[in-house]
Amino acid sequence: MDVLSHLATGFSVALLPLNIFLVLMGCFIGTLIGSLPGIGPINGVAILLPLAYALGLPPESALILLAGVYYGAEYGGRISSILLNVPGDAGAIMTTLDGYPLSRKGEGGRALALSAVSSFAGSIGALILMVFTAPMLSQLAIKFGPSEYVWLMVFAFTCLATMVGSRPIKTLVGVVIGLLLATVGVDSGTGVLRFTMGIPNFFDGVDFLVVVIGMFAISEVFVLLESWALNDLKITPIGKSFVSMADMMHVKWVVLRSTLMGFLIGVLPGTGASIASAVAYGIEKRFAVGDKEHKEHFGEGDIRGLAAPEAANNASAVGAMVPMLTLGIPGSGTTAILLGALMMFNITPGPLLFEQRPDIVWGLIASMFVGNIALLVMNLPMIGIFVRLLSIRQSYLVPVIVMLTFIGIYSIHGDSFDLYFMILLGVIGFLLRKLHFSLAPVILGLVLGEVMEENLRRALSISGGDWSILFNGPITYGLAAATVLAIFVPLMVGSLKKRKALANMADMED
Amino acid sequence: MKFKLPTLVLAAGLATAMNAAAFEPSKPECIAPAKPGGGFDLTCRIISNGFKEAGLTDIPMAVKFMPGGVGAVAYNHINANRRDDGNALVAFSSGSLLNIAQGKFGKNLDENSARWVGAAGVDYGAVIVSADAPWNTLAELVAAVKADPTKYVVGAGGGVGSQDWMKAAILMKSSGVDPKSMRYVAYEGGGEATAALMGGHIQIYPGDVGEMVGQVAAGKLKMLAVMAPERLEGEFAQIPTAKEQGFDAEWTILRGYYLGPDVSDDAYNYWAGQFEKAYASDAFLKAVHEKGLIPLKMSGKTFDTYVKSRVVYMRELATEAGLIK
Repeated sequence: MDVLSHLATGFSVALLPLNIFLVLMGCFIGTLIGSLPGIGPINGVAILLPLAYALGLPPESALILLAGVYYGAEYGGRISSILLNVPGDAGAIMTTLDGYPLSRKGEGGRALALSAVSSFAGSIGALILMVFTAPMLSQLAIKFGPSEYVWLMVFAFTCLATMVGSRPIKTLVGVVIGLLLATVGVDSGTGVLRFTMGIPNFFDGVDFLVVVIGMFAISEVFVLLESWALNDLKITPIGKSFVSMADMMHVKWVVLRSTLMGFLIGVLPGTGASIASAVAYGIEKRFAVGDKEHKEHFGEGDIRGLAAPEAANNASAVGAMVPMLTLGIPGSGTTAILLGALMMFNITPGPLLFEQRPDIVWGLIASMFVGNIALLVMNLPMIGIFVRLLSIRQSYLVPVIVMLTFIGIYSIHGDSFDLYFMILLGVIGFLLRKLHFSLAPVILGLVLGEVMEENLRRALSISGGDWSILFNGPITYGLAAATVLAIFVPLMVGSLKKRKALANMADMED
Repeated sequence: MKFKLPTLVLAAGLATAMNAAAFEPSKPECIAPAKPGGGFDLTCRIISNGFKEAGLTDIPMAVKFMPGGVGAVAYNHINANRRDDGNALVAFSSGSLLNIAQGKFGKNLDENSARWVGAAGVDYGAVIVSADAPWNTLAELVAAVKADPTKYVVGAGGGVGSQDWMKAAILMKSSGVDPKSMRYVAYEGGGEATAALMGGHIQIYPGDVGEMVGQVAAGKLKMLAVMAPERLEGEFAQIPTAKEQGFDAEWTILRGYYLGPDVSDDAYNYWAGQFEKAYASDAFLKAVHEKGLIPLKMSGKTFDTYVKSRVVYMRELATEAGLIK
């Protein structure tokens, strides 16, 4: 087969000693960067890009290194999410929801191992999909117009609504706070400044990463300080737990679905790991409601709620490479930088890249197989060391977290404004937590809201204000139908269950 | 990485300590007011690599990133904290100038809040449509748009008042269509707009020539006109200018560098001199070409005057278009 011969060419590039070394380096640095709160894959790639350039690496090797950092970070992001309730990067926000409760129960090892396996499965599954469907999918991706994005976001919001099910009003308020934050900055349509208060740092909107780190990491620090002041520090038990075969069988369909979902969302330009993991989590929660065998405990340490976002965020990182390689269009923020890197090496990304430089394209794809295997091998034995982090006295751990976040955030814009803003957000995040709000909806409101608003306005400017543009093709119908299903199916399943229970009771009374 | 950091810090410390009296940059850096890999990054690479390849400097020039508002954050940063820092060159584009012209860089900041020191090069606007679009000349496109301005959608990588919008507005005006009647959709950057054009969501993209290298050759997109004063060389030599086709629509994208407003004449003249030397070097001009730009040899006072006159011109355009009230 044609594809396989290309892949063979790819492996002949990827298995060169230099490239093997670079993919290992990239994956290692990526895991490290991902695990540090404040530095995500975007910044990691950005930091290494000048270095790769200065080292005079050939373009395919540089790309292999930088891509390794990218998907390596998707592995690393989960570590601090699970152990510290601080997402290491944006794609790992959802991982905190069930990962952290698991670790509080002393099952940090199990959570880390299961999420590593899910990440691996997500990556490899997505890679296989990419090898066989890339050119076709990229055609589909560009067919995704503003109306389709609007529906995708509506669908994502619907999934989100059930995310923190026990407190729907508070989830809603959280989303609204996120939506409000999303409106800050230059209005994409008219170029008018909105809610910037004349501060130039707000012209491009509120930086997503500053919000994530402020709300999660800084507020977590305040929580720790509070419990220290109240002399109420809980010691997290460190179990020697590990992932079991039964765990893996339990989540196999979850991982499969989430991989597919994450990959598809990753392929779409403009949506990345954070949206992919949120949608995957939401869908799995929906599915779990109807699962009679296993009661769902999403939000309390359900392994399905851990496997879904981890498989999805890794799959989306692979998916984001599809439009980059086939069309020269970024599929995510990080691939936008990778594209810039290609240009820096005087390689023109675009539809001809596959034909003109198959060594680069297939070398990169093959290296991702190598890299993911390396990441799994690297990650599993390290779990024991990571879990030990929890035994570090909090009086040492807290300053280190604070320091890392400050460095990370400062490195984005090189301006101290972000640091003050981050602290302010930390205070707000702390207050919200005290009021029992979940913070993830705030972040997702911010991400989804921005994409939704931009695309809704694009759709309406294309149609000249005619709302019927939102129903302009099979994709929009499909997504609209999925949204309706996501709302009603769990309700029906729920009422069906209730009726059955009532019937049972009636039987017993007879 | 681990080992690099301390040495860098040490080197930086030493360099500051050796600050000499006559101007010689101690710690030269180019501030790219965008994320790595973007247009401003490429602009910075032109001098950080070009100066080295031209043999103009031994001290490597660091590239620093300060994204925000097409340069607004960097402009404010320089004006607030580093007004007289002769080490910091900042990259700008005509997109930044357009925002300065509209007063979007801050209430008290205008084109006199910086010392414009040297040009990197220029690029030109281009009228781009999908390869299967029914039009083969600008005249055909304009005729179709004139017949029903609301039928076709113009999409580009910036909102109303951005460079891309200006290009579309100038094109519409030159063909007698009221710019306000066009359907305009804003995307995040040229990449997304190109995707939308390929996907058929928009029909007309007023993009840049430089970003179309490779895309036009791939045969998915057609370039109907370049918005340059005369035909370009190389890959785009076959593409007629808008002027040739009877439309007075030109848009020059300028890329260059500025220094803080209170930088000493010594430092300003040093950098202007460096640019003059660079323009004489083939290695530097090659670096400019490789980053998709056409060299523009202009520095020092001449450049400062030129930039300021551009801003005045843009202010007129923006006022005319009703962007400034």
